[in-house]
Amino acid sequence: MSTPIVEIRDVAFAYSGESVLQDVSLDIRQRDFMAVIGPNGGGKTTLLKLMLGILKPDRGTVRIFGTQPREAASRIGYVPQDIHVNRGFPISVQDVVRMGRVRGGGGWKHFSKKDMAIVQQALEQVEMWSLRFRRMDELSGGQRQRVFLARALVSKPEILFLDEPMSSVDTKGQTDFYDYLLELNRTVTIVVVSHDAMILSSHAKSVACVNRQLFFHNAPEITKDMLEMAYHCPVELIGHGLPHRVFPEHKED
Amino acid sequence: MRSALLAGLLASIMCGIIGTLVVVNRLVFLSGGIAHAAYGGIGLAFFFGFPYLWGIMGFSLLMAAIMAAVSLKAKHRADTIIGVLWAVGMALGVILLDITPGYNVDLMSYLFGSILTVPVSDLWLMLLLNGVVLLFVGYYYHDLLSLSYDEEFAQVRGVPVRFLYFSLIAIIALLVVMIIQVVGLILVIALLTIPPYIAEKYAGSLSRMMIYSVLLNLFFTTTGLWFSYHFNLTSGASIIMVAAVCFFISVLTKRFKLKPSLRNGESF
Repeated sequence: MSTPIVEIRDVAFAYSGESVLQDVSLDIRQRDFMAVIGPNGGGKTTLLKLMLGILKPDRGTVRIFGTQPREAASRIGYVPQDIHVNRGFPISVQDVVRMGRVRGGGGWKHFSKKDMAIVQQALEQVEMWSLRFRRMDELSGGQRQRVFLARALVSKPEILFLDEPMSSVDTKGQTDFYDYLLELNRTVTIVVVSHDAMILSSHAKSVACVNRQLFFHNAPEITKDMLEMAYHCPVELIGHGLPHRVFPEHKED
Repeated sequence: MRSALLAGLLASIMCGIIGTLVVVNRLVFLSGGIAHAAYGGIGLAFFFGFPYLWGIMGFSLLMAAIMAAVSLKAKHRADTIIGVLWAVGMALGVILLDITPGYNVDLMSYLFGSILTVPVSDLWLMLLLNGVVLLFVGYYYHDLLSLSYDEEFAQVRGVPVRFLYFSLIAIIALLVVMIIQVVGLILVIALLTIPPYIAEKYAGSLSRMMIYSVLLNLFFTTTGLWFSYHFNLTSGASIIMVAAVCFFISVLTKRFKLKPSLRNGESF
């Protein structure tokens, strides 16, 4: 098998003295579709931000494509949590997607013809091209999420990180969105942080449970050990309608 | 009167552009902090007898740098620290002027400026600063847009977030100090905040918001100066009252451009 594209070794992280993650080690292999699950406040988003280079670990190392996350920026795609993004900000759909082609460091001519063609392609792919001049705050939650996905896609990422992509999308929309990700997964490695475990049953190839520590399972199922160690309160999982056993079978093609 | 109009024009352009960035990045309090703390620079300049402009610029840049560093490092306490620097800078200025013999700086002119007696040298300086603002915002427009809209994404894309943040705050400091001399502290805050607030509702993009803000500023300053001239009122306050009337009208009215209704059922 190929070498892992993300290597996390013995990472610890604390927010102002309060430990969030400890002894975290994880490899993510090419074309994996990993679900990162765990309780709220368990450190899922922190782990994601460490992989993206937004946060720096207190101890240990995070390497993506064999280098620092910052240096791998051009090969990483990121879809943030919708709630974190500025509401009421005057920005069009097209401007948001073009952000994915910003190289950083300024310039008088910001986007080439090629950039614009890529932007159009991505917007057509997520069926938002006709709404490209619409202001972001006039869109529905699902539409906004598709715009953020397009923004991540235009940078032609080799690995795509999504943070709770479905927090403001209805169930039907969620299934469609995940199906779309599955198609992308033919070429792109995908890491999805998700509060609910629905994604596990049908799409993910592996699972990481995060609750201060990390428990990895190279199959789309949650073991009894993981549940006990990571959750302490399996009630939450069951509450989301997860069966007691998640069968690893895929109905791909 | 002509130089007053010219000063109004120059102030309008840079305040409209930078004010837009101030409003969308929620830097209004920080700008207010710099504007007040800068008074300490005046006190220092008079007390130690070095040129007034250097004193106020140096001191406010220092204050701005501290505020910027704090708001990057300890976001949750940034507003408190800014409040402290705000008060201390102002008090320092007052005390230093108290103990400097022979000087009697009018606090009212610091607050409301004297746009009707702007020296030509100040107009040139304002023109220069306008150039800096236009070059900076033009060159870094899309970086600034990314940074303002979604800082973390900008960081992941390799936008020099730190550099741009410090540069923006340095420019705010220079602009605030420059314009205080001309139109006074109160008007700086008004020109930075009121037009962008109104423009944000109608603009389809950040650049439009900047353009609308500049136009609104021009309208406020010229109309305000007209009132001030004809009814013999304080110029800065007249300009602000014109802006305030428009502000309340905009608060009370909804967006005039009706939103096309959102179609449901086409979610992904």
